[in-house]
Amino acid sequence: MISWRRVAVGAGLLALALVPPLAAWLDASFYVVLFTRIVIFAIAAVSLDLILGYGGMVSFGHAAYLGIGSYAMGILSTYGITNGFIHFGVAIGAAAAIALLIGFMSLRTSGVHFIMITLAFSQMIYFLCESLNQFGGDNGLNIPEHSSFGGLIDLDDAVTLYYLAFGCLLMCLWFGDRLVESRFGMVVRGAKSNDRRMAALGFSTFRYRLTAFVLAGAMGGLAGVLLANQTLFLSPSIMHWTRSGEIMMMVILGGIGTLCGPVAGAAVYLVLENMLSGLTSHWQAILGPVLVVIVLFRKGGILGRSRHA
Amino acid sequence: MPDVLLATRGLLKRFGGLVATNDVTLEVVRGEIHALIGPNGAGKTTLVAQLAGELTPDAGVVEFGGVDITRRTPAERAALGLARSFQITTIFPEFSALDNVALAVQARSGHSFRFWRAARRDASLREPAQRWLARVGLAARADVLAGLLSHGEKRALELAMALAIEPRLMLLDEPMAGTGPEDAAAMVTLLAGLKRQQTILLVEHDMDAVFALADRITVLVRGTVIATGTPDAIRRDAAVLEAYLGEDA
Repeated sequence: MISWRRVAVGAGLLALALVPPLAAWLDASFYVVLFTRIVIFAIAAVSLDLILGYGGMVSFGHAAYLGIGSYAMGILSTYGITNGFIHFGVAIGAAAAIALLIGFMSLRTSGVHFIMITLAFSQMIYFLCESLNQFGGDNGLNIPEHSSFGGLIDLDDAVTLYYLAFGCLLMCLWFGDRLVESRFGMVVRGAKSNDRRMAALGFSTFRYRLTAFVLAGAMGGLAGVLLANQTLFLSPSIMHWTRSGEIMMMVILGGIGTLCGPVAGAAVYLVLENMLSGLTSHWQAILGPVLVVIVLFRKGGILGRSRHA
Repeated sequence: MPDVLLATRGLLKRFGGLVATNDVTLEVVRGEIHALIGPNGAGKTTLVAQLAGELTPDAGVVEFGGVDITRRTPAERAALGLARSFQITTIFPEFSALDNVALAVQARSGHSFRFWRAARRDASLREPAQRWLARVGLAARADVLAGLLSHGEKRALELAMALAIEPRLMLLDEPMAGTGPEDAAAMVTLLAGLKRQQTILLVEHDMDAVFALADRITVLVRGTVIATGTPDAIRRDAAVLEAYLGEDA
């Protein structure tokens, strides 16, 4: 079982690494665009899985961090700041700071209350951005150019952008994998399993859970600035609450608490969406049942484990 | 002057019209096994919850090692050395038995903002954890998921976790609840092995166990302490016989 998982994960990541040459060979550069989107959403899904799968924090507002990352880049660009290091730094930092604020308040609740309060915060950010008329309001805004890394990395090239996103995904997976097995990770997982027992052992788990929440928010911000670089368009729709639902769906589809599963979840979700939306404008009526069937027949998700924590 | 480790003075807790804890003054002497008994509804669980910090008393003081801990959280109390087991088994069912105890060891070894090294390959956590498991007779079950252990094994695992934080006092809330006679006997043997080494406040229904283990017994009836004394004194106490033991006899 473990070896099967390892082979699947290795093969999947290798396949992702080979997307650009395969697309070039097939003369279908469109696939680079689709898979860039997949990889970016995979980062968002992995970051949500860190807190949802390992920390039991059902954050129903994760798209907010995508939005914050995007708006950070968009706003900086509007003011003529195109330096990529600044873009990425501010995007990640802003997402982390707002995650700190949201987490500080919402982690005092649990269960349905936590779901609702994270949703409420993300809606507040959504409507705030929608009201920013100087940055496009609800119509959105074109971003003039990609983040510039002074000739080091040229994001005008779609393949370069793809590999940058893919590299970021690999780093997030690697970091996440270390994190969940570390002492810190054991505390967060213990809090999910039985917080009363954690308290009885002497752990005040709040600050650990809050730290995990902030790390996940920062990763979401990273996904956001990458997404803005791909679309070169700023729109509040990126953090609509349905987007948060999609990211959660990717996690559930791929396997909660598996880190690599959400990558598969993002791929399946976005490929299906792409195929079905080409067939009919009512593609969601087909996608919904397909997802239900997958989740029903493969309970722990595509890369789900049976019992182990 | 006895060396008092845990003390309450004038503890009071009301739920609406019901006085669950009524002016309870209790002293647990260092090194002793102190049993808390009383009929169902006597308020034992409410009292334990106030000692552990899950309930805040309406009045009165809880002191631990000379420090007023009345307003401290359960986690803060545990960090001060007040370990506990629960009436209803409270473990990490998705973790192995060894993981469960290793987390307890981790609680004792500084902050856990350590993000990189794998905790499950950390000998400074795993080796002590394995020793505590051996102490309660679970050495061979280290890799079994805690949720799959038998009920008696889960109770032993909780004891190992309480021991692993190397507490100054263990608050054991009915450690034999729901176990069969064999497991109960094993638990009595385990606890007897801790006598004189570990201060314990033992809440227990099993009278044989209580009289076999306790150095001192406090009897709680309708939220009020009606007697405290040695097992022999409690056996002869007229008020206790009438209020409590008499009912069973």
